[in-house]
Amino acid sequence: MGRFILRRLGQGFLVVLGVSLVVFVAMRVFGDPAKVMLPLSATTEQRAEFEHLIGLDRPLPEQFVTFIGELATLDFGDSLWQRRPAMEVVFERLPNTLMLVGAGLGFAMIMALPLGALAALRPGGIIDRVTVIGGLVGLSTPQFWLGLLLIMLFAVQLRILPTSGIGGVSHLILPALTLALPSMARMVLLVRSQVIDELNQQYVKTARAKGLRFHQVLFGHALRNVMIPFITLAGWEVISALAGYTVVVESVFAWPGLGHTAIQAIQRNDLFLLQAIVFTVAIAIVLVNILLDVIYKFIDPRIKLA
Amino acid sequence: MSPAADRPLLEIERLEVEFDTRRGVVRGLRGVDLSIGRGETLAIVGESGSGKSVTAQAVMGLIDVPGRIVGGDVRWKGHSLLSRSRARQARDIRGKEIALVFQDPMTSLNPLIRVGQQISEVLRRHLGMTRADADLRVLDLLEAVGIPAPPRRAKQYPHELSGGMRQRVMIAMAIACEPELLIADEPTTALDVTIQAQVLELIAGLQETLGLSVLLITHDLGVVAGLCDRVAVMYAGQIVETGSAEDVFERPAHPYTQGLIRSTPRLDDHMERLVSIDGAPPSLLAPPPGCAFYERCPIAEARCATLPPLIPIPNRTAGSVACWRATTNAWDSASVPPGELRAV
Repeated sequence: MGRFILRRLGQGFLVVLGVSLVVFVAMRVFGDPAKVMLPLSATTEQRAEFEHLIGLDRPLPEQFVTFIGELATLDFGDSLWQRRPAMEVVFERLPNTLMLVGAGLGFAMIMALPLGALAALRPGGIIDRVTVIGGLVGLSTPQFWLGLLLIMLFAVQLRILPTSGIGGVSHLILPALTLALPSMARMVLLVRSQVIDELNQQYVKTARAKGLRFHQVLFGHALRNVMIPFITLAGWEVISALAGYTVVVESVFAWPGLGHTAIQAIQRNDLFLLQAIVFTVAIAIVLVNILLDVIYKFIDPRIKLA
Repeated sequence: MSPAADRPLLEIERLEVEFDTRRGVVRGLRGVDLSIGRGETLAIVGESGSGKSVTAQAVMGLIDVPGRIVGGDVRWKGHSLLSRSRARQARDIRGKEIALVFQDPMTSLNPLIRVGQQISEVLRRHLGMTRADADLRVLDLLEAVGIPAPPRRAKQYPHELSGGMRQRVMIAMAIACEPELLIADEPTTALDVTIQAQVLELIAGLQETLGLSVLLITHDLGVVAGLCDRVAVMYAGQIVETGSAEDVFERPAHPYTQGLIRSTPRLDDHMERLVSIDGAPPSLLAPPPGCAFYERCPIAEARCATLPPLIPIPNRTAGSVACWRATTNAWDSASVPPGELRAV
């Protein structure tokens, strides 16, 4: 197991290296940082000075080596907007995003399992129909709109929760819920169809023929098998949230996390900060993937770790 | 013998099962009567779709939506297994007093659970054993079904075992609580021929040492001959003939049984072609009111359009047949060519 994790970390390192190459090419070869980051009124001399300052006048291979070296030391340069190291900004905002994703998707996962299983017990029954319709509505609701809707209801009409910003638990509820609902809808539908599927498997008949009680059949046998696709989807949801959903949700709720910061960095042409955010998210995704593989191994003995 | 000991262990009476399908209601079982005594070995034979497995599943309470039991009764030691008020007792009996071995050992075990634990589960459920006691007993059971190195095997997962091994695990699971009746639903169909013989020997051996009654469900007449005292032949959801294995194989009374035996290839025959019964069983969406074999029978006549009752055969002990014209050899006396000949 230890060796496996080390290997996957090694592979993850290569992925991050690949990401860095893409970012490098996109920024330095196809893009022109000086044009993007300096005001339009900058003179040719000022541009040349800027390019010299960040090393843009060197040959590309040399620039790449320097770039990798800076990555290795987590030195992404200073954020133009914040006037301090970009990584400092990232470390300040990252916990907020993790809190949001953890609360939102944690809630979604905890709710999706029992709801989906409950619906699957009587396919076509009233609980099942309500769940399926709710699921379809949930997964086709645009997140930004859902967020605004929740703000209007709970913050403006009922006045029981704050509209935006960060603070206590009350500030977390609406953004976490907005992040959770579409994910939860996808997970509920998956759990439902998988439980229906598993309950029709032959091994479930064996378990029932053994005289096991229904809860033993469901929890001891069927749900274990459902966990495999469930973990796959849950992992995908976490990755999608880190790489995208949080951008929308954090913007709607002015939640000072990485997603919201990324939008601000783009608006302010703050390439160094954006770079730092992209790398942090890439590393987070690699780590989530490794975690998923380890969880798979615990659930499914058929998976050989290599 | 006291009357209680006289009574069959399992009695199936006028059992009817239906399945709702998109095309209509399929009448899977159409009034099946069967009984199995203590220590007896009964085989149900018949082709696919004749209702053999449905019978077993009805006994084990495994008929689910879209299927349902619409009539008749299944009694264990005189008590109904079907009545709602006794559902709890029925669940206590299943897995303990009646155990089932399924056809396909590849899919019948939970892939994510160690085989030892899948066996110990039934011990803990029915005998109230502690985990530690059950784990010890599992080793004995694995030994009893001929699995070498039980401590190692018990810790393995199903995918680490061969098909034959898995079927042995299934059998170990079935005999864990020393049941009185073992139902084996095509236990060898999914296995290699060489493994088939071993599994059958195992079942025969266990039957002897544990005094089990066995209900064997199969389409393989060769399997029946070696293992069973009595045979029931099913066709289109009904039983068409019963009798001792010897009677049914040597002196079949129903034209269908005769056709079935005729179509079994034998080593000592130098036939170059296989004989089959012409036609196909009737659709159970709309079963014929009369004899279900009417369309394929070489000696069918007008009265066969009404349903023949299952009546005892004279000069056969505990044997019966559902045919108006039961003869010794329907196929040779037929004027029409009996069955289609096709190239192997």
